[in-house]
Amino acid sequence: MILAKVVGTVVATRKDPRLVSSKLLIARPMDPRGKPEGNYVVAIDTVDAGFGETVLIVSGSSARMAAGLKDCPVDAAIVGIVDNIEVAD
Amino acid sequence: MQIGRVVGTVVLNNRNESLSGITLLLVQPLTSAREPVGRVIVAADSVGAGTGEEVFFVRGKEASFPFLPAETPVDACVVGIIDAIDLG
Repeated sequence: MILAKVVGTVVATRKDPRLVSSKLLIARPMDPRGKPEGNYVVAIDTVDAGFGETVLIVSGSSARMAAGLKDCPVDAAIVGIVDNIEVAD
Repeated sequence: MQIGRVVGTVVLNNRNESLSGITLLLVQPLTSAREPVGRVIVAADSVGAGTGEEVFFVRGKEASFPFLPAETPVDACVVGIIDAIDLG
Protein backbone atom coordinates (compact mmCIF):
# COMPACT_ATOMS: atom_id res chain seq x y z
CA MET A 1 0.00 0.00 0.00
CA ILE A 2 1.08 3.61 -0.37
CA LEU A 3 0.47 6.82 1.50
CA ALA A 4 -1.02 9.70 -0.47
CA LYS A 5 -2.59 13.11 -0.04
CA VAL A 6 -5.99 13.82 -1.59
CA VAL A 7 -5.61 16.72 -4.02
CA GLY A 8 -8.85 16.67 -6.01
CA THR A 9 -11.92 14.91 -7.28
CA VAL A 10 -12.89 13.41 -10.63
CA VAL A 11 -16.34 13.80 -12.13
CA ALA A 12 -17.34 11.37 -14.88
CA THR A 13 -20.80 11.13 -16.37
CA ARG A 14 -20.03 8.22 -18.66
CA LYS A 15 -18.34 5.39 -16.87
CA ASP A 16 -18.56 1.67 -16.35
CA PRO A 17 -21.94 0.76 -14.80
CA ARG A 18 -20.17 -0.87 -11.85
CA LEU A 19 -18.58 2.48 -11.02
CA VAL A 20 -21.86 4.38 -10.86
CA SER A 21 -22.27 6.06 -7.46
CA SER A 22 -18.63 5.55 -6.48
CA LYS A 23 -16.56 8.56 -5.51
CA LEU A 24 -13.34 9.10 -7.49
CA LEU A 25 -10.51 11.11 -5.97
CA ILE A 26 -7.13 12.24 -7.27
CA ALA A 27 -4.31 11.59 -4.84
CA ARG A 28 -0.61 12.42 -4.84
CA PRO A 29 1.61 9.64 -3.45
CA MET A 30 3.99 10.76 -0.70
CA ASP A 31 6.71 9.34 1.50
CA PRO A 32 6.14 8.87 5.27
CA ARG A 33 7.57 12.34 5.97
CA GLY A 34 5.11 14.02 3.61
CA LYS A 35 7.35 14.59 0.60
CA PRO A 36 5.41 14.10 -2.68
CA GLU A 37 6.71 11.35 -4.93
CA GLY A 38 5.59 9.77 -8.19
CA ASN A 39 2.55 10.44 -10.32
CA TYR A 40 -1.01 11.30 -9.40
CA VAL A 41 -3.45 8.40 -9.14
CA VAL A 42 -7.20 8.19 -9.46
CA ALA A 43 -8.62 6.04 -6.69
CA ILE A 44 -12.08 4.93 -5.59
CA ASP A 45 -12.91 6.26 -2.15
CA THR A 46 -14.39 3.74 0.32
CA VAL A 47 -13.98 5.76 3.53
CA ASP A 48 -15.33 9.24 2.76
CA ALA A 49 -11.95 10.91 2.55
CA GLY A 50 -11.76 14.63 1.86
CA PHE A 51 -9.52 17.20 0.23
CA GLY A 52 -6.10 17.50 1.88
CA GLU A 53 -6.37 14.32 3.96
CA THR A 54 -3.60 11.74 4.11
CA VAL A 55 -4.93 8.37 3.01
CA LEU A 56 -3.88 4.77 2.50
CA ILE A 57 -4.23 3.47 -1.07
CA VAL A 58 -4.25 -0.20 -2.00
CA SER A 59 -3.36 -1.02 -5.61
CA GLY A 60 -3.80 -3.87 -8.04
CA SER A 61 -6.34 -6.67 -7.76
CA SER A 62 -6.33 -6.35 -3.97
CA ALA A 63 -8.20 -3.06 -4.36
CA ARG A 64 -11.28 -5.04 -5.39
CA MET A 65 -11.28 -6.84 -2.06
CA ALA A 66 -12.21 -3.70 -0.16
CA ALA A 67 -15.76 -3.85 1.14
CA GLY A 68 -18.15 -2.56 -1.50
CA LEU A 69 -15.88 -3.03 -4.52
CA LYS A 70 -16.53 -6.67 -5.40
CA ASP A 71 -16.19 -7.19 -9.19
CA CYS A 72 -15.63 -3.47 -9.83
CA PRO A 73 -13.12 -2.51 -12.54
CA VAL A 74 -10.78 -0.86 -10.06
CA ASP A 75 -7.02 -0.99 -9.45
CA ALA A 76 -6.65 1.66 -6.76
CA ALA A 77 -8.83 2.15 -3.70
CA ILE A 78 -8.61 4.46 -0.71
CA VAL A 79 -9.11 2.13 2.27
CA GLY A 80 -8.22 4.32 5.22
CA ILE A 81 -7.66 7.86 6.47
CA VAL A 82 -4.30 8.13 8.18
CA ASP A 83 -4.39 9.31 11.77
CA ASN A 84 -0.75 9.01 12.70
CA ILE A 85 2.54 8.02 11.04
CA GLU A 86 5.47 7.03 13.23
CA VAL A 87 8.88 6.83 11.58
CA ALA A 88 12.02 5.66 13.37
CA ASP A 89 15.08 7.84 12.72
CA MET B 1 9.25 -11.77 -1.95
CA GLN B 2 11.65 -9.06 -0.93
CA ILE B 3 13.62 -8.28 2.20
CA GLY B 4 13.04 -5.03 4.03
CA ARG B 5 13.37 -3.27 7.35
CA VAL B 6 10.43 -2.09 9.43
CA VAL B 7 10.91 1.65 9.89
CA GLY B 8 7.64 2.67 11.49
CA THR B 9 3.91 2.23 11.84
CA VAL B 10 0.76 3.78 10.40
CA VAL B 11 -2.43 4.28 12.38
CA LEU B 12 -5.79 4.77 10.68
CA ASN B 13 -8.84 6.16 12.45
CA ASN B 14 -11.33 5.79 9.65
CA ARG B 15 -10.76 2.58 7.69
CA ASN B 16 -12.55 0.28 5.30
CA GLU B 17 -14.38 -2.29 7.45
CA SER B 18 -12.51 -5.17 5.78
CA LEU B 19 -9.21 -3.72 7.11
CA SER B 20 -10.22 -3.75 10.76
CA GLY B 21 -7.80 -5.47 13.12
CA ILE B 22 -4.89 -5.30 10.67
CA THR B 23 -1.59 -3.81 11.88
CA LEU B 24 0.14 -1.60 9.31
CA LEU B 25 3.92 -1.19 9.12
CA LEU B 26 6.20 1.10 7.13
CA VAL B 27 8.74 -1.09 5.36
CA GLN B 28 11.91 0.08 3.60
CA PRO B 29 12.94 -2.46 0.94
CA LEU B 30 16.62 -3.51 1.17
CA THR B 31 19.25 -4.84 -1.22
CA SER B 32 21.17 -8.03 -0.47
CA ALA B 33 23.80 -5.78 1.15
CA ARG B 34 21.03 -4.45 3.44
CA GLU B 35 21.13 -1.02 1.79
CA PRO B 36 17.81 0.85 1.44
CA VAL B 37 16.42 0.72 -2.09
CA GLY B 38 13.22 2.20 -3.51
CA ARG B 39 10.27 3.78 -1.78
CA VAL B 40 9.03 3.03 1.70
CA ILE B 41 5.79 1.06 1.45
CA VAL B 42 2.95 0.36 3.84
CA ALA B 43 2.53 -3.35 4.52
CA ALA B 44 0.12 -5.35 6.66
CA ASP B 45 1.67 -7.44 9.42
CA SER B 46 0.88 -11.14 9.81
CA VAL B 47 3.80 -12.17 12.06
CA GLY B 48 4.06 -9.51 14.79
CA ALA B 49 7.12 -7.67 13.46
CA GLY B 50 8.32 -4.51 15.17
CA THR B 51 10.21 -1.36 14.26
CA GLY B 52 13.87 -2.01 13.40
CA GLU B 53 13.45 -5.69 12.51
CA GLU B 54 14.48 -7.17 9.18
CA VAL B 55 11.62 -8.94 7.50
CA PHE B 56 10.52 -10.37 4.21
CA PHE B 57 7.31 -9.32 2.59
CA VAL B 58 5.09 -10.37 -0.29
CA ARG B 59 3.42 -8.03 -2.74
CA GLY B 60 0.31 -8.30 -4.88
CA LYS B 61 -2.92 -10.12 -4.21
CA GLU B 62 -1.00 -12.90 -2.43
CA ALA B 63 -0.43 -10.38 0.37
CA SER B 64 -4.01 -10.94 1.47
CA PHE B 65 -3.67 -14.74 1.78
CA PRO B 66 -2.36 -14.75 5.39
CA PHE B 67 -5.74 -13.34 6.44
CA LEU B 68 -7.88 -15.94 4.66
CA PRO B 69 -10.77 -16.68 4.71
CA ALA B 70 -11.28 -12.94 5.26
CA GLU B 71 -10.94 -10.90 2.09
CA THR B 72 -8.53 -8.19 3.18
CA PRO B 73 -7.66 -5.32 0.82
CA VAL B 74 -3.87 -5.32 1.20
CA ASP B 75 -1.23 -5.40 -1.57
CA ALA B 76 1.83 -5.87 0.66
CA CYS B 77 2.23 -8.03 3.75
CA VAL B 78 5.11 -8.89 6.07
CA VAL B 79 5.16 -12.71 6.19
CA GLY B 80 8.41 -13.46 8.04
CA ILE B 81 11.01 -12.02 10.40
CA ILE B 82 14.60 -12.67 9.27
CA ASP B 83 16.88 -14.32 11.83
CA ALA B 84 19.90 -14.59 9.54
CA ILE B 85 20.85 -14.46 5.88
CA ASP B 86 23.71 -16.61 4.62
CA LEU B 87 25.04 -15.55 1.22
CA GLY B 88 27.67 -18.30 1.16
